Amino acid sequence: MTAASAEQRDEPIVSVRDLQVRFQTSDRRATVKAVDGVNFDVRRGETFGIIGESGSGKTTIGRALVFLLNPSAGAILHDGIDPMALSRREFQNHRRDYQIIFQDPNAALNPRMTILASVLEPLELAGVGSRIERERQAREALERVGLPQEFGERYPHQLSGGQKQRVVIARALTLKPKLIVCDEVVAALDMSIRGDVLNLFADLQRDLGLTYVFITHDLAVVSHISERVAVMYLGQFVELGPTEEVAERPLHPYTIALLSAEPRPLPSSMRQESRIVLQGEVPSPIDPPAGCRFRTRCPHAQPLCTERVPEWRELKPDHWVACHFADRPNYLPNVPERTP
Amino acid sequence: MAAGPPAQRRTEVARDGAQPLLSVRGLGIRFKTTQGIWQATRRIDFDIAPGERVGIVGESGCGKTITGLSILRLLPGNFAGLDGKILFDGTDLASCSARQMRAIRGKRIAMIFQEPMSALDPVFTVGHQIAETLRVHTDVSYEEARAKTLEMLRRVGIASPERRIDDYPHQLSGGMRQRVMIAASLICGPQLLIADEPTTALDVTVQAQILELLRDISETSKTALMLITHDLGVVAETCTRMITMYAGEVIEDATVDEALVRPLHPYTSGLLRSLPHLSPRHGRLPSIPGRVPSIAEMPAGCRFRARCAHAAEGCEAEQKLQDAGGGRKVRCWRFAELNLPGALHPPETPTAAKVATQ
Ligand SMILES: Nc1ncnc2c1ncn2[C@@H]1O[C@H](COP(=O)(O)OP(=O)(O)OP(=O)(O)O)[C@@H](O)[C@H]1O
Ligand SMILES: Nc1ncnc2c1ncn2[C@@H]1O[C@H](COP(=O)(O)OP(=O)(O)O)[C@@H](O)[C@H]1O
Ligand code: SF4
Ligand code: SF4
Ligand SMILES: [Mg+2]
Ligand SMILES: [Mg+2]
Repeated sequence: MTAASAEQRDEPIVSVRDLQVRFQTSDRRATVKAVDGVNFDVRRGETFGIIGESGSGKTTIGRALVFLLNPSAGAILHDGIDPMALSRREFQNHRRDYQIIFQDPNAALNPRMTILASVLEPLELAGVGSRIERERQAREALERVGLPQEFGERYPHQLSGGQKQRVVIARALTLKPKLIVCDEVVAALDMSIRGDVLNLFADLQRDLGLTYVFITHDLAVVSHISERVAVMYLGQFVELGPTEEVAERPLHPYTIALLSAEPRPLPSSMRQESRIVLQGEVPSPIDPPAGCRFRTRCPHAQPLCTERVPEWRELKPDHWVACHFADRPNYLPNVPERTP
Repeated sequence: MAAGPPAQRRTEVARDGAQPLLSVRGLGIRFKTTQGIWQATRRIDFDIAPGERVGIVGESGCGKTITGLSILRLLPGNFAGLDGKILFDGTDLASCSARQMRAIRGKRIAMIFQEPMSALDPVFTVGHQIAETLRVHTDVSYEEARAKTLEMLRRVGIASPERRIDDYPHQLSGGMRQRVMIAASLICGPQLLIADEPTTALDVTVQAQILELLRDISETSKTALMLITHDLGVVAETCTRMITMYAGEVIEDATVDEALVRPLHPYTSGLLRSLPHLSPRHGRLPSIPGRVPSIAEMPAGCRFRARCAHAAEGCEAEQKLQDAGGGRKVRCWRFAELNLPGALHPPETPTAAKVATQ
């Protein structure tokens, strides 16, 4: 099957089925279940957000999506095809369509290479066109991300953080990808320029028809940019749905707590009346709690939550959740008083 | 489980008439670099009243950390000089003797940092480190110090402190380490706690716990808090007053509510408007063009001028931090004629209201 026919049939650009990624700890004694059974599709042209706390497995999913690491189990299909089944050469060509950008632009840019040389590099590695053609494409990419021509001759240390992140975006764009995984791409940027870079992502998506998987721990960023959002906890999705739904009518107790914990720059007259402060911290992914993984911190946990793993179900159209009690209106019995 | 409404907790500390605990005047800090002497901050003026919670906000590099460090005279090795006064309860910390400083540091003014691991000694148990702070500053027996340490660990929300007191820092999670740091900083009952990005390295659910703890402690023990952060949400949740810095200067000083609703400086307004929280979903985010000038190429006159949409003739003059009435201060001569939008700018109101009531 070719990619073109997949597009015509409106196949998801990425399908993830029962994805598991495990790592050996450095002493090789234990296994970290970094991603443990995740299912989702990314639709063509959308921005799919993934939020979750540190260590929940977001980066690992992102790396697996672009085959920077191999799943331990499960499948990832690109346009309906399994890239693992391609020949080596086909695979190298294929993966240009799926790029990833990380948080730290300094780590992505060689300090001894000019900006233009950095942007040219992926084109050279891929052996695209003639030298002149490659340079034209690289300059075009720099222009696309709003950097003036003369920046090509500069070195990374002569650029600000936001400008460096633009270079990294330009670099990813040269290969004309279909999908870009953006892992915490604005986290290292100062607040006054964060908006600029987010606007740039939106412009590029509109002009080039890009699909994004937008990974962040920042709720404000994810709800600004994504059409749909998945909430991750300890290697699993606990909720997935349209951003407005998840942000305004969340179904999972963890999502509710996360939204409530987000500090909001609002005057006191507009602050929410009470907030849910979760106890404790995220347990280790080496030995996650049996049953529902959130039960050790969940204010509504019941005996059933220890006994059975909650099913991943579509409770409302397009809105998925993994909680035994999410379908009961006011399922929350008395919220216990917090011990001082 | 739910804590009291933050709205009600934000009681304004009476500022009029109350003698400030800390009074910083004309503070400027210089560093030696390979390119000569750098003026990192200058003309910093602010007061903190007893028990008041003040947020110091601004972007990376604007001088928040070194302002905090200078109060305790903990500046890095290439420090080249300091101007101005730092009056703490009558003593000028900028000029007092090293001995006087040692008696104040850790006892009457304490500081906590973003990464608690770097501030805790890995070879000693957490109990030992907290108790030592107490024993250095007060004349208590070993048993008394240990008992007080246990009590303090309990107070900062460490469950079963008897089991934790003999743990080493690496055995604790990030949130617990920050609690231990807070316990160590509070053990001598300081009048002022300087917290530099205390929750930046923590997850949002743990951040909420720590902010609640800081608010609680400051309220119950009347400890003044100087909270350094780049996150306006954190300030809104925790503080009563907000001091905004830009390029090494204080540019605005107001209560949190005033600053959020009616900022007087174009930079404060621009920052509030560029936050994704408050803009309609999928819309364009307003942003501030350009970037913060580097120390080496600091412009004369208003330092925000190259990025300011309201720059006019007159802005090339040096700007003073002027009295804007009602206890507010702003470093912009045009503040009275500009009617600047804040976090609740009309076009954004529906979204903002939704956020607040969900
Ligand atoms: N190469 C590795 N070897 C061992 N464990 C790993 C490795 N990579 C990730 N992990 C573990 O897998 C889990 C998920 O890691 P991941 O980096 O995906 O988290 P994350 O959600 O991106 O967190 P953060 O926001 O801190 O980057 C963590 O417990 C992490 O320690
Ligand atoms: N040791 C130093 N040597 C030279 N410049 C420094 C040093 N420490 C800080 N600075 C400069 O002082 C300014 C303020 O620094 P800092 O207080 O650390 O900022 P913030 O905490 O707001 O990020 C920055 O421009 C920084 O580069
Ligand atoms: S299944 Fe139980 S423990 Fe898990 S989120 Fe739902 S109520 Fe909480
Ligand atoms: S002094 Fe002028 S340039 Fe500076 S903030 Fe005010 S209006 Fe803008
Ligand atoms: Mg990550
Ligand atoms: Mg700092």
